[in-house]
Amino acid sequence: MSAEMQISRIDVVRALRDAGWTALLAFGLFLPLIGFVTVQNMDRQLVLDTRFGLLAAFVAIVAGGRLAYSLIIAPLFARAALRPTAAPSALRTAAARWFGPFAIGFVIAYPAIVLSITGTGGAVKWVDNFGIQILIYVMLGWGLNIVVGLAGLLDLGYAAFYAVGAYSYALLAKNFGLGFWMLLPLSGILAAFWGILLGFPVLRLRGDYLAIVTLAFGEIIRLVLINWVPVTKGYAGVSGIPRPTFFGIPFNASEEGFAAVFGLEFTPMYRTLFLYYVILALALFTAFVTLRLRRLPVGRAWEALREDEIACRSLGINTTNTKLTAFAMGAMFAGFAGSFFAARQGFISPESFTFLESATIVAIVVLGGMGSMLGVAIAAIVMIGGTEIMRELDFLKRIFGETFDPTQYRMLIFGFFMVLMMIWRPRGLIVTRAPSVFLKERKLIGADLVKEGHG
Amino acid sequence: MNARDIVLRVEHLTMRFGGLVAVEDLSFTAARGEITALIGPNGAGKTTVFNCITSFYKPSEGRIALVHGDGTMWGELDALTESGTRRVLRQGGALYLLERMPEYLVTQQARVARTFQNIRLFAGMTVLENLLVAQHNALMLASGFTLFGVLGLPSYAAAERAAIEKARQWLDRIGLTDRADGPAGDLPYGAQRRLEVARAMCTDPVLLCLDEPAAGLNPRESAELNDLLLAIRQDFGISILLIEHDMSVVMKISDHIVVLDYGVKIADGAPQQVRDDARVIAAYLGVEGDEVARVEAEVGL
Repeated sequence: MSAEMQISRIDVVRALRDAGWTALLAFGLFLPLIGFVTVQNMDRQLVLDTRFGLLAAFVAIVAGGRLAYSLIIAPLFARAALRPTAAPSALRTAAARWFGPFAIGFVIAYPAIVLSITGTGGAVKWVDNFGIQILIYVMLGWGLNIVVGLAGLLDLGYAAFYAVGAYSYALLAKNFGLGFWMLLPLSGILAAFWGILLGFPVLRLRGDYLAIVTLAFGEIIRLVLINWVPVTKGYAGVSGIPRPTFFGIPFNASEEGFAAVFGLEFTPMYRTLFLYYVILALALFTAFVTLRLRRLPVGRAWEALREDEIACRSLGINTTNTKLTAFAMGAMFAGFAGSFFAARQGFISPESFTFLESATIVAIVVLGGMGSMLGVAIAAIVMIGGTEIMRELDFLKRIFGETFDPTQYRMLIFGFFMVLMMIWRPRGLIVTRAPSVFLKERKLIGADLVKEGHG
Repeated sequence: MNARDIVLRVEHLTMRFGGLVAVEDLSFTAARGEITALIGPNGAGKTTVFNCITSFYKPSEGRIALVHGDGTMWGELDALTESGTRRVLRQGGALYLLERMPEYLVTQQARVARTFQNIRLFAGMTVLENLLVAQHNALMLASGFTLFGVLGLPSYAAAERAAIEKARQWLDRIGLTDRADGPAGDLPYGAQRRLEVARAMCTDPVLLCLDEPAAGLNPRESAELNDLLLAIRQDFGISILLIEHDMSVVMKISDHIVVLDYGVKIADGAPQQVRDDARVIAAYLGVEGDEVARVEAEVGL
């Protein structure tokens, strides 16, 4: 009894000291960021003002959080780790079995559900901002998952291939009048070609070096788009991109428009619905191909490459080709998504393909659990849907006053959730690996054995 | 030895790393269907020789040639060397210059498989998946380089079933059928060693190179491994090249032993002959040749 108390007293002392150091660090960091602020005085001069009250509040929050973590959360985790893991119940197994079909059914029915709740007026926003936006990122996440999750090659310039797809569609559709269905595969092929082009110089690089070079590649593509003004119109971007048609029938209010041809009353909803189902089909196609590839020798070679490259070479696997196919496949799906993005927006500029875009997609893959399709989809819903939800939190203005803008706090809340994830699930939401083939029964493999790849 | 019985011929192999000469002017041959052991004290250059044979290193000098078929192709060795190409294929045989091939082709075309001193399994993949990755090239062909496989054509499904059946036979042989669906990283050490041998065998090799397969095994596991290697030699008629420290393994199963010390060959012959060689004993005891008798008396040999 007394020994136990002694241990707990030591823990408290250690936690307090820990919280003290954290508070000191937070103070050092926040003093210039929050403690001082420049404001304009009556004579329109900039003067230095102090916000020590706010600074103290921030430091207190950080120290309190650290104290709560080391006294409450960490012991909880330690106890949970000691508890033997129970075998999954029948209910849980059934849930896992039926979750996939249910999720696909839900996303197919989603526009109808939204329509019945909000009516035609409000539905466009929910289908377009939430449905289509999230599905684009689900598709991008699944595409990058091939490169990062399966092959273990960290690619920080993935938005470059997204940009290649978008500009391929925009420029070819505008200048040569080619249709959406013709340009969709073409954009994918062009992006895959650039994927291979990037793949060649980076084949010898691993880990951090690979990440830096792919990052640079993403910037190169963006800078070319900005500076090659005669073709890309630079910062101004490409506008007036032809919108996709329903197999030749445009979505407009004219006599030949979709609504008139099918004898319906015109609303902009039809185009949104059409785009929703196109991106849904593209995303499902990505998932289908990835699941197939995982069971093929090339997919197994990607995962083997992530586990041990030297062993792969000793088994007669051409690692050069294997890496290039991973880059090309990942880039191809980004190209598809890019051409869809351009067709949906009608306007694209280099601003849409910044490093933040690549970082968001990498964050989706890492948050979801590398290699897990379901995890990546959930992470995309949380990250992109969460951003959109922030725009809907207008009621907070009533609490915090009219100047309060919830979207401004997006990054702060993101950061907070990232920290929580690092504590709770350092390897992502879904960490188990499902084997691609089995003899008797499919057993999931724990994250402790699966490697993350090193380039 | 009759030239026709030779499967691997290493000639004047030299490997330098900067100023360090790891292997110097080494020549030896390995006979078809025999177990050839490469032994020597730590740092003698054994693994370097392996890395040269499997093309993980490009030798500084020398020629490493491997023959498929009955060995009638050896006559064309000099012509092949001068032609500057990697290999010559004939009806019922082929001749390869391994030092000219990238490491994956050494396994894919010349069919030399290897294992590693520190086990290199795909720890996060199942035991069965490990054996299927080893059949990559055959399955890649069957899947039409992925195209037929993505389309779901039945020809690939049949090829995959055959690959799984082959893997299952190997699992039966190494006694791991019950753990086929578990991760390879969870296996006990001895089982991981056996699995690595089975994985190398799934590439259909002509020559199997094993880098210290008995390292870290207890006597019982070591004896099991001996049986496995002898069975492989007997049932598949393949040749085995072995690096080993464990003398109980080496003396029991090898047909022919090559001894290296400081990168130089000091003995080459049958196990009994090598065991009695004064230079080998001196190298292992770490003394000069003329001191062997005194040291042996001291340690009571």
